[in-house]
Amino acid sequence: MPNMRLDKNPMPEQCPNVRNKNFLEVTTGYTEEMAIDEAQRCLNCKHKPCMQGCPVSVKIPEFIAFIAEGEFEKAYQKIKETNALPAVCGRVCPQEKQCESKCVRGIKGESVGIGRLERFVADWHMKNVEEKIEKPVHNGKKVAVVGSGPSGLTVAGDLAKRGYEVTVYEAFHTAGGVLMYGIPEFRLPKDIVQKEIANLKDMGVDIQTNVIIGKTIMVDELFDEMGYDAVYIGSGAGLPSFMGLEGESLNGVYSANEFLTRINLMKGYKFPEYDTPVYVGKNVAVLGGGNVAMDAARSAKRLGADNVYIVYRRGKEELPARAEEVMHAEEEGIIFKLLQNPTKFVGNEDGWVTGMEVIKMELGEPDASGRRRPVPIEGSEELLDIDTVVVAIGQTPNPLIRKTTKGLDTNQRGCIIANEETGKTSKDHVYAGGDVVTGAATVILAMGAGKAAAEAIDKELNR
Amino acid sequence: MAYKIVKKEVLNPQIFLMEVEAPLIAKKAEPGQFIILRIDEYGERVPFTIADFDRKKGTVTIIVQIVGKTTKDLAQVSEGESILDFAGPLGVPTPLEGLKKVAVIGGGLGTAIAYPQAKKLHSLGADVTVITGFRNKDLVILEDELKKVSNKLIVATDDGSNGNQGFVTDMLKKEIESGEKFDEVIAIGPLVMMKFVCQLTKQYDIPTTVSMNPVMIDGTGMCGGCRITVGGETKFACVDGPDFDGHKVDWDSALKRGKMFKDYEEKSCEDGHCRIGRTNRA
Repeated sequence: MPNMRLDKNPMPEQCPNVRNKNFLEVTTGYTEEMAIDEAQRCLNCKHKPCMQGCPVSVKIPEFIAFIAEGEFEKAYQKIKETNALPAVCGRVCPQEKQCESKCVRGIKGESVGIGRLERFVADWHMKNVEEKIEKPVHNGKKVAVVGSGPSGLTVAGDLAKRGYEVTVYEAFHTAGGVLMYGIPEFRLPKDIVQKEIANLKDMGVDIQTNVIIGKTIMVDELFDEMGYDAVYIGSGAGLPSFMGLEGESLNGVYSANEFLTRINLMKGYKFPEYDTPVYVGKNVAVLGGGNVAMDAARSAKRLGADNVYIVYRRGKEELPARAEEVMHAEEEGIIFKLLQNPTKFVGNEDGWVTGMEVIKMELGEPDASGRRRPVPIEGSEELLDIDTVVVAIGQTPNPLIRKTTKGLDTNQRGCIIANEETGKTSKDHVYAGGDVVTGAATVILAMGAGKAAAEAIDKELNR
Repeated sequence: MAYKIVKKEVLNPQIFLMEVEAPLIAKKAEPGQFIILRIDEYGERVPFTIADFDRKKGTVTIIVQIVGKTTKDLAQVSEGESILDFAGPLGVPTPLEGLKKVAVIGGGLGTAIAYPQAKKLHSLGADVTVITGFRNKDLVILEDELKKVSNKLIVATDDGSNGNQGFVTDMLKKEIESGEKFDEVIAIGPLVMMKFVCQLTKQYDIPTTVSMNPVMIDGTGMCGGCRITVGGETKFACVDGPDFDGHKVDWDSALKRGKMFKDYEEKSCEDGHCRIGRTNRA
């Protein structure tokens, strides 16, 4: 008899006023009892609508049934059949827009906590089971993967499982892409990311760090000189956009990528134990309303800023960030300045930012994307005291690969053009997926693209 | 993966040379490009210009001036030991083809960075005048190497202790006024020196390329920490440069941005945060 309680088991978490001073994970995860109890809310629907919402088709009702029986390892193995990084997905997927949005229990009451259960299972496995991974037998074919973010890692895992010799080339000194440099420790502990990557290595995936494809090695050389049979490009959307405003080069103005890379990848929050510094003043303005903006604002608060503002040109309803992240930010004391847009930055003689002029906005007619267009209200400018600015208004793909690879078509936004179902590009044997194709999107969509491309590469090479 | 130091040589009390085993980078390196290194797990990522490379041996040479925490730590790494990360080649190579008569100017450590440019120009058959400047004669580096790759070498010292007193700008001015017709000046060194060289060459309308050296983190264009203003536009020195038209660079803004982390750099250098005793070198 299923548990017919209408609401989800709440997620245990650190107190807002404690956690906004540390970088430990905010949510602490279900206990075994909570997980079993939550799992019993699943109705095990025959038509499994939740699975249609999952870009990597996790067998959701099946793994949840194992949890309900207390068979946590079996639940883990079930998830692993289709998802290479469950501990990551359980934490950072926007489940409310994916699997959980299709859950039948969500029609009357709250959906089953699928993401929380996936996370529980992955964490339980890491804590209790010694990994014994058997290396698949090589099939004699080689695939190179460019970029070790979520999409590249998924391709690598799926192809290694099928017997391919896979090498992942990563420009940074640590694999993981945005999981390492972008998403902060308090949302996604880096040990967990590295553990998931270590599992891939045990499966035989070779990861070469400090290799910049387009500089150290060219895409064509991967085929001609190095003998790869196919190449997958999952190099992401890492080029930061700036607003082009007066004063944007002042000291104290960062791109979100710089700010977060210093903090997350370089562990700037542990300076001077770690060598990379990160400057945060008393009054911090974060420009933008996505998850990156939330991460930057919450990091700034943790680094000791008194006032941290999210400055966003639309209203609260339009914030692109996950509702849960907005709520966490509010609880931690982040101040939302909505319907406001910066117009210029003001600095002192030494070249440091001291203020930011903002103009109030109102929402006009819907634009081509269907969102109501923000229009400035003339004469409403005001000057805010600001000593740090983080620009988090978006990223586009890095031009390095498209500039150095002949025959690879890209669109006007600089994104590689690839077939939606297969990831096939205009260049023979070259596939692409994730943010380098779609522009900045989500971890799970990047993984879904990787999964589809792995399938297509396997088909092509086995033809 | 670690990168072995196959040769280490002290050039003067503040400057040392390291030849690093990095075959993939050696294969592609060109004058004007740089690498980013990290000594160990605690380290920061710091850019160094490729001072030389040997494609056959698979090595890349960097020349380091001790100025702060990381360079001090790097000086502690001995020949035969390794560092953890070494990535490149980064940046756009200096365009040197087609130049006929060039003045290559190096200030202090910039001399080491100007060496590969002079060497390549010389091999391309250009007439190369090298002007280098140091505070005193004990700091002079690479004199013999530069002699081999230049038609004329002028080594100046601020205090005249080598018998040739003056700044590199004084020397360049003297050359220009004595009738030397340079079709390009390439200036590499401290920002202030490059700024003054540009002010001078502007008067004579000589195209001038400078090698910018802003703060960098990734070095691949993903953060914009190294952004500078050139001709009114924002450029990322790591991917658009590091070489730029010196007459278009906003020098004052670049000078100010260079000081952004000054307080932190001093704190990082204080006793107690020294790497000695916490080594986990590769």
